[in-house]
Amino acid sequence: MAAREILLKANHVRKVFRRGSEEIAAIDDISFTCRRGEFVSFVGPSGSGKTTLINILGCLDNPSRGTVSVGGMTVFNDTTRLSEGELTRIRRCYFGYIFQKFYLVPTLTVMENVLLPLSFYRKEGAAADALPLLNFLGLGQRIHHRPAELSGGEMQRVAIARALINKPEIVLADEPTGNLDTQRSREIGQILRHLNRQEGVTVLLVTHNPLLAAVAQRTIILRDGRIVT
Amino acid sequence: MTKPLSIYRIAFKNLQRKKARSTLTLIGIGLSAWVLTSLFGFNQGYETALNKDIDNMGFQVLLTAKGCPYEAATLMLKGGTGLRYMPESVISDVVRYPGIEKVTPMLMQAVFDPNKGESGGISAYLGVDPASYPQLKAFLSFEQGSWFTDPLGYQAVMGYEAAELEQREIGDKILIPEKNIEFTVVGVLKRSGTQDDGTIFIPIRTLQKEFGQQGKVTALGIKVSKTANIIELENKLYDLPDVQVVSMAQVRETIMSLVSTAKVMVISIALIAILIAILGVINTILMSVFERFQEIGILKSMGAMPADVFRMVWTETVILCLLGGMLGVGLAFGLAKITDFLIRRLLPYAPTGSLVQVNLPLALLILVIVLGIGLISGLYPAWWAARVRPLESIRSEGD
Repeated sequence: MAAREILLKANHVRKVFRRGSEEIAAIDDISFTCRRGEFVSFVGPSGSGKTTLINILGCLDNPSRGTVSVGGMTVFNDTTRLSEGELTRIRRCYFGYIFQKFYLVPTLTVMENVLLPLSFYRKEGAAADALPLLNFLGLGQRIHHRPAELSGGEMQRVAIARALINKPEIVLADEPTGNLDTQRSREIGQILRHLNRQEGVTVLLVTHNPLLAAVAQRTIILRDGRIVT
Repeated sequence: MTKPLSIYRIAFKNLQRKKARSTLTLIGIGLSAWVLTSLFGFNQGYETALNKDIDNMGFQVLLTAKGCPYEAATLMLKGGTGLRYMPESVISDVVRYPGIEKVTPMLMQAVFDPNKGESGGISAYLGVDPASYPQLKAFLSFEQGSWFTDPLGYQAVMGYEAAELEQREIGDKILIPEKNIEFTVVGVLKRSGTQDDGTIFIPIRTLQKEFGQQGKVTALGIKVSKTANIIELENKLYDLPDVQVVSMAQVRETIMSLVSTAKVMVISIALIAILIAILGVINTILMSVFERFQEIGILKSMGAMPADVFRMVWTETVILCLLGGMLGVGLAFGLAKITDFLIRRLLPYAPTGSLVQVNLPLALLILVIVLGIGLISGLYPAWWAARVRPLESIRSEGD
């Protein structure tokens, strides 16, 4: 069977932050490849560079050095820096983001929150998928509710639906269960696994939770800004 | 049901997050718009009312005894014709000038009436010539009766309000206090919206006789022929001894110069109100943008371009300002009478008729101005929001 195409690639990526005269490397010389349909989790202690790495992979941040390509297109290298508008276009096409905090708009209903990204950009048929998506996430009966009327797990599921509404090829989930209890965390893990296995969505997951990390096909451990395994 | 939200709906919903703050800002804009509408309405209304008063006088030039022109102008417009007396013979001097179509003498007399109001008041009587005055005031029409015809009769014509106040109809008697003379009401004028409404007209000869002012008048009303050069005529009239020439153009200028002080004050207040509204809007929207710092970052990570975010925040400002503008214009329409009353108390002289004219073109103009305020106020917050980088908000929760 032929190997699946490479969707994300990072080569010798380094990211340095300055604190006064001191330079701190959040990630250093990281090379990473992710093929279409993979489920990769990143684990490691706080400050190991997990979030910095997926921010760079997700075109939310640029590296200080190294090359990053998405879908075969070079997004960052030592001479190329895309503009904010160009990065937004790439993010629109490829990525859906799930964060620890849900960032739902309190005055919008569940359905309106999910439809929000379509106000700025929409792939064909995206709006029609909203209800089936919410039904799949167990929120079919909650579409007219506002975020304040939902539990933490429900709010995170709304955030997941919002991340998926534009049919992204890659879902980046940064500590998606950080604010949830064990049961809700397990549910989110099952949803991510379903998306990956049944829908073929590529998932990159950052977590401290070993049970959640175990859902992934591949786990990458980071320490002090470097990949350990 | 599954239709994506328009940017306007998102903006509107955003404003609903902090209802109290949005409402207070909206009220601030509304009050500013109200002041602006009323000011502009006053600007239009005052001149219109003044012109109407002047046109309804029936003469373009008034000759009074020499005195303070401001006093003359004010008294004339309030229904008086000056405090000083001129010899009636001045008529024969005046009519000699070319360009004069008609001249009518007037004598104003006032007495204290202890029965007027709660603690008494001044009753004024205007002596007019039954032959010439009605011709100059041809536009006046009667509710009851007609002008008196006997130049020496004891008859009176009452303005609409004067008759209403005194509860008089034709055939009734009115008594001049102090003098104890009775006059029979022979006519009641229809409401004209001018100072004539509150005037009691008496034949001038009778008034001169009863008040011991034979051969004296307080003013001459002069109607100038359409072809005459009014300014040239005014200059010639100044050759007459001890007279004050008050032209309607002068009156207009005099009154407008008096009013301009009040206008400057109101304009200053309006400008301050606009400035406060702008700062209020900037503050509200900027606070809202700061509070949504992370959320704006998430919107951008979802695919919102800087221009989308700019448009969203700008739209919020415009919605706020337009709603405030509509509130203000609505207040201006609804409270025009109260505004009229308040402005009247501020002014040295206020013509009859509506001082504050609020109409549709003015309402639209105000909405355009308020929209402009919104567009200007929203620039900085919208620019600030558009520059938020998604990473900045996301990093704030990272490891």
